[in-house]
Amino acid sequence: MTDGGMSGGATTTGEELLKVTDLKTYFPVRSRGLLPRVVGQVKAVDGVSLTLAPSETLGLVGESGSGKTTTARTILRLVDPTSGSIKLDGEEISKLSRRAQMPMRRKAQMIFQDPYNALNPRHTVGGIISAPFRIQGVQPPGGVKAAVQELMERVGLNPEHYNRYPNEFSGGQRQRIGVARAIALRPKLIVCDEPVSALDVSIQAQILNLLRDLQDEFGIAYLFVAHDLAVVRQIANRVAVMYLGHIVEMAPRRTIYVGPLHPYTHSLLSAVPIPDPVRQRSRKRIMLQGDVPSPIDPPSGCVFRTRCFQAQDRCAAEVPPLTEIEPGHFVACHFPVAEPSATAAVPSVTASVDTTPVPPTAPPPRSVTAVEAESASSETGAEVSTKG
Amino acid sequence: MSQESAAADQSFLSVKDLSVAFRTEDGIVRAVDGVTLSIERGQTLAIVGESGSGKSVTAQAIMGLVDRKAATVDGEIWLDGEELLGLPPADMQRLRGSQIAMIFQDPMSSLHPFYRIGDQIAEAISAHRDVKPAAARKEVVEMLKKVGIPAAERRVDDYPHQLSGGMRQRVMIGMALINSPKMLIADEPTTALDVTVQAQILELITELKAEFGTTVIMITHDLGIVADVADEVAVMYGGRLVEVGPTTTIYASPEMPYTLGLLSSIPRMDKELPKRLDPIPGNPPSPINLPPGCVFQPRCAYVSRVPGDRCSEERPELLPTAPNHAVRCFIPGEERRQIAHDVLAVLAGDPQ
Repeated sequence: MTDGGMSGGATTTGEELLKVTDLKTYFPVRSRGLLPRVVGQVKAVDGVSLTLAPSETLGLVGESGSGKTTTARTILRLVDPTSGSIKLDGEEISKLSRRAQMPMRRKAQMIFQDPYNALNPRHTVGGIISAPFRIQGVQPPGGVKAAVQELMERVGLNPEHYNRYPNEFSGGQRQRIGVARAIALRPKLIVCDEPVSALDVSIQAQILNLLRDLQDEFGIAYLFVAHDLAVVRQIANRVAVMYLGHIVEMAPRRTIYVGPLHPYTHSLLSAVPIPDPVRQRSRKRIMLQGDVPSPIDPPSGCVFRTRCFQAQDRCAAEVPPLTEIEPGHFVACHFPVAEPSATAAVPSVTASVDTTPVPPTAPPPRSVTAVEAESASSETGAEVSTKG
Repeated sequence: MSQESAAADQSFLSVKDLSVAFRTEDGIVRAVDGVTLSIERGQTLAIVGESGSGKSVTAQAIMGLVDRKAATVDGEIWLDGEELLGLPPADMQRLRGSQIAMIFQDPMSSLHPFYRIGDQIAEAISAHRDVKPAAARKEVVEMLKKVGIPAAERRVDDYPHQLSGGMRQRVMIGMALINSPKMLIADEPTTALDVTVQAQILELITELKAEFGTTVIMITHDLGIVADVADEVAVMYGGRLVEVGPTTTIYASPEMPYTLGLLSSIPRMDKELPKRLDPIPGNPPSPINLPPGCVFQPRCAYVSRVPGDRCSEERPELLPTAPNHAVRCFIPGEERRQIAHDVLAVLAGDPQ
């Protein structure tokens, strides 16, 4: 995954707004004691390449520890990359000093998960939303207050609440404040880190609609980090699936949900319960065993192999490169599963047989229910089951 | 089964007109207002609602965990022929952990960080039964195996921090089930977990339920989890039950505009929906300042279907609309079903 040539996945080649190539973000692990020394590295992001076109939304999904948030924060230079290239609007920003990052911050903003902690409780809403103007020394025509009130109106807040404090607003309204702050400088890119996961479902949908409307109006591109696959299907044009610091699959939205190829994507989709009792109870399930391994000591070869129902000897020996299998569809797997996903329409007859996915070339997957492993976190094996 | 009491009906758990009101500086908070529901033995009831709906407080009241100094609890709770609200605290303490057990969203809130997990589960045994330490330990290891802890003989001596979030949740489930309670209340048990781990935990609860015949109340905001595990669904809003029915009915023919609004608000992983969702406008009400009349009325799109200002002036009752299906809404039944039909047709969307 070190070849910049396979970084793509963009629908456009010439005019990428964001081009990330072989990005690595490692955090040192230090020994304890008087003279700490570096004893290891957490490979939070380990060779991620992706692109984003203007007005496009790329969903970055994965479980905790997948590196999706660190990828997003590194791209915005909130975390320093260990190596790799980040090009925003044609400019290399991976090595910019803090001072030199100022112009870039006009182009790229962030919306955070927790609207309760992302806003300073001692500042008024007006002060919070106008902060980007102050920091960047921008004088909006008509004055700061008018500009802020226009922004408030645009995101669905009452402009008369300009002088109120964050604690006077509900969670959904606070997230709207965060959105108003992010769009104040008309950025080209907004990184959204789990922007709706702390909100009630009715409020979630309101914020998703708002983000979509703002994208249509201002042509903003979103890098949308989320663990909720339903939310991502609602907003993303393309989706990248991360596992242990790697992108394991990246494809247009519909392809990811209907025709995924990576065993992990299949597992992830089958694990999310769908709000339809008849279909949910007749779905094919792939039950992954155990937890995600530690990123300090990731498995050799393919990082997913310890939990993969397709794993074979080759998977431990050889890192599968992220390969473009069909136009725009990238997969990092030696034995991809070419089967309809667990979300695709199920046969009307209730499936009661074991519908273990079998690849055309590989032998049948092992079905391991419980393997006593060295520790819970390195337990291997996977079980495919159908609940009928 | 409930010969001891003429008041109790046939149900295993039956909650009658349960109300919980907290006294606060800002006034009385009616967290739960007149909840009546019942569950048959071995069934799973899901209580669904957004934050502030009263779903967790309902569970806490059933468990006897509401602080009576801070709140008044009215109504009746019958569990297998025994009325719980009138029980002295010591008797309730005896039932908790042996007859009814609860698991929470955050396992660390139930596990003591300084004690080995095995000792904590063994304590749950000795609190209710006279079992020798060696036998208790054996029982604990068996239970850890049952809830899917690998190398249980060794991990029984682990401290909570040595386990992953999913493993801690398994330990908590094991602790809840160690005395074979008749009833398990799970309050958002998988909300803090990753989806692949969530799937494991839901599967585990389903398996253990089948093995022990436990009756389960699942409290959740996730309509996918409800569809996966529940036999019956109770939808709560503003402290009141607004719709109750069998799971398939609630999804296929809901009648309360709030239930419809929830179903229209959720993005779907299994189908392509229109670019813009059609969510419920506004915010859930503050339990301290509930709207008059129907609690959902300020956000309801169909208020005009009811003549006059009835929705904002009069409180609707939860009334049966079909066998086992009850709705709290003034819109006439025929009209409700037509509205639901139209909304669900839009949601059916593209089945891919």
